[in-house]
Amino acid sequence: MRHIISILLENEAGALSRVAGLFSARGYNIEAMTVAPTHDASISRMTVATRGSEEVMEQVLKQLNKLVEVIRVQDLSDGPHIERELMLIKVHAVGPDREEVKRLADIFRGRIIDVTDRSYTMELTGTGEKLDAFIHALDPGMVIEVVRSGASAISRGAKGI
Amino acid sequence: MTSPTTTEQRPTAQHQEEELTGAEIVVRALRDEGVEYLYGYPGGAVLYIYDELFKQDAVKHILVRHEQAAVHAADAYARITGKVGVALVTSGPGATNAVTGIATAYMDSIPLVVITGQVPVALIGNDAFQEVDTVGITRPCTKHNFLVKDVRDLASTLKTAFHLAATGRPGPVLVDIPKDITGHKTLYHYPEKVSLRSYKPTVKGHPGQVRKAMQMIAGAQRPMFYTGGGVILANGAEELVKLVRRLGAPVTNTFMGLGGYPASDRQFLGMLGMHGTYEANMAVQNCDVLVAIGARFDDRVTGNIAKFAPHAKIVHVDIDPSSISKNVRVDIPIVGDLRQVLAEMNQILAEMDHPTDARALAAWWAQIEDWRKRDCLHYIQNDEVIKPQFVIQKLYELTGGDAVVTTDVGQHQMWAAQFYGFDRPRRWASSGGLGTMGYGLPAAMGAQLAEPDSTVLCVTGEGSIQMNIQELSTCLQYRLPIKIACLNNHYLGMVRQWQEFFYGSRYAMSYVDALPDFVKLAEAFGHVGLRADKPADVEPVIREALRLKDRLVFMDFQVDPVENVYPMVPAGAALSEMILV
Repeated sequence: MRHIISILLENEAGALSRVAGLFSARGYNIEAMTVAPTHDASISRMTVATRGSEEVMEQVLKQLNKLVEVIRVQDLSDGPHIERELMLIKVHAVGPDREEVKRLADIFRGRIIDVTDRSYTMELTGTGEKLDAFIHALDPGMVIEVVRSGASAISRGAKGI
Repeated sequence: MTSPTTTEQRPTAQHQEEELTGAEIVVRALRDEGVEYLYGYPGGAVLYIYDELFKQDAVKHILVRHEQAAVHAADAYARITGKVGVALVTSGPGATNAVTGIATAYMDSIPLVVITGQVPVALIGNDAFQEVDTVGITRPCTKHNFLVKDVRDLASTLKTAFHLAATGRPGPVLVDIPKDITGHKTLYHYPEKVSLRSYKPTVKGHPGQVRKAMQMIAGAQRPMFYTGGGVILANGAEELVKLVRRLGAPVTNTFMGLGGYPASDRQFLGMLGMHGTYEANMAVQNCDVLVAIGARFDDRVTGNIAKFAPHAKIVHVDIDPSSISKNVRVDIPIVGDLRQVLAEMNQILAEMDHPTDARALAAWWAQIEDWRKRDCLHYIQNDEVIKPQFVIQKLYELTGGDAVVTTDVGQHQMWAAQFYGFDRPRRWASSGGLGTMGYGLPAAMGAQLAEPDSTVLCVTGEGSIQMNIQELSTCLQYRLPIKIACLNNHYLGMVRQWQEFFYGSRYAMSYVDALPDFVKLAEAFGHVGLRADKPADVEPVIREALRLKDRLVFMDFQVDPVENVYPMVPAGAALSEMILV
């Protein structure tokens, strides 16, 4: 099963590498990993999307907690949560495609953020599935490049991590 | 904003604030930490530190001949004393040579602080002379590591390193110090306490869980205790003995846990696992409640995990939550400091009326005694060839079972574990987790410095001893009267045994040709060498070695080249599927 794990860790050199190293050393899967400082500049928040059985997830959480720089770990998949990912996508847009792409972007609530006479660059946010769906809706030959941020996630409700 | 590290910085009489260089800070911090011995090897990046060491004599520096040995010596010193072992090496090759030692300590959860020199901050990342990414290389084999980039962080980093090494599940912590930092000056104050918001090990066991566990243990028909290195590390042996004796239950120790329960006690069934005794393994496989204390269900202990202790409810006590339910599902997990949890268990037991089922226990013991009758460690010593087991047995007898024993890795290591009974904790230092050949001799140095008045035995083989043989020179420099017992079978014995059992007796590269004359070698290093060729030589050689109290003696025992370690649970088999003699 897919899990979204939130990690608060000291914003120190090497902390990211400790988490990444843990995943690779113990053979845990990483689908995506994002990290940036929080409102408290001394703390970074990392979101890891991973897959594994219940037993593996229990170990993942315990091993993360064991890292000296990790302050808090939570498996957001245990409760209701919101997940968002940012995608920047550059597509060929010439002739009749120009209108079609623009319409598609509107349907997906994407925004065109850069335009040339031959291309559009768009910005989309949403769940990973929505971004996948947008890519699939395009003619595969149209896509020039795609960059995705990986999931960021937060729990629903008033309580913080 | 919360500060990540809060340290109490109350200057006391000795902690007068004064401007010191980084190098002075390192030496002062070691002194303030009460460090007695520093094991190390100098080099360019640590010259300022060595210069400061030269000017004082509170911290005694032991000059090894290879950085790996410095870390092993510090490691064994830690195992024997219970204090944090400290090593100091230079950058680049100094650090990489130390890595095997660090990984060894990491696998066995030994508290160490390893200080490495680094190239000056401005050169980091420039492929400078003797530069490696030490924190990068050691990240997966340390409990934690630091690169100090500002001299103002140095004292608090060292304090934090000692704190991390010794608390929770202990382990090696590395502090990488660039050379220029050791030359910079700042005010010195060594914090008395460390508090990290991200690191707060649980020490007290959950009372409800402890009570539940005690009810399950007391209600067992066939209880079995399985205790590991955690009991030694937590100084929990005394409480363990109290608990097990009161319950009248059988107990086995892991390889790392030897000495946690007295080997000569009737309730002790010997070591368990791949080379464990028949009775210990059978008792684990047939018990109805298995109490694992400070052990981690390692593959060498469990054999085929799916068939491990099939009838047992499992109680697992450990300081490290990630050890619990890692390999084996546990019914009652308890996280906490073992000495505290064992004390809590003893307290609960004291309050229970008729805690155990005496009749069930008697039947269980009758079964165990039956298994014991198999006499699984039996061997026959003839007049012709020395049996390696016989050497260990004689060493045990002639040292009164009271030596501190270090080993290398292989058959000799297993025979030492099987035939040298430890009645006390902290008398045994061997690389259990990593299985590091070359550990034994440098470990014996650390052990001898920790216990200057004890007999320190290094049980080794002709393969392993050559991996750190250069340390014979260190032993002479510091007059360390270690007794080396080399079970010389001209084979990498454990490799040969596996090849015999599982690889059609094709002895690929396990025969060691062109061996040195170890007697002459010992003499060349300024020590005494003795050889035993026949069984009748064994006792006189050991007696002579023990008589030479102030000399290092290398005993070369020419043993049966094809003897195997029995019992043996083949990899992948259940514990009950032992190969017996």
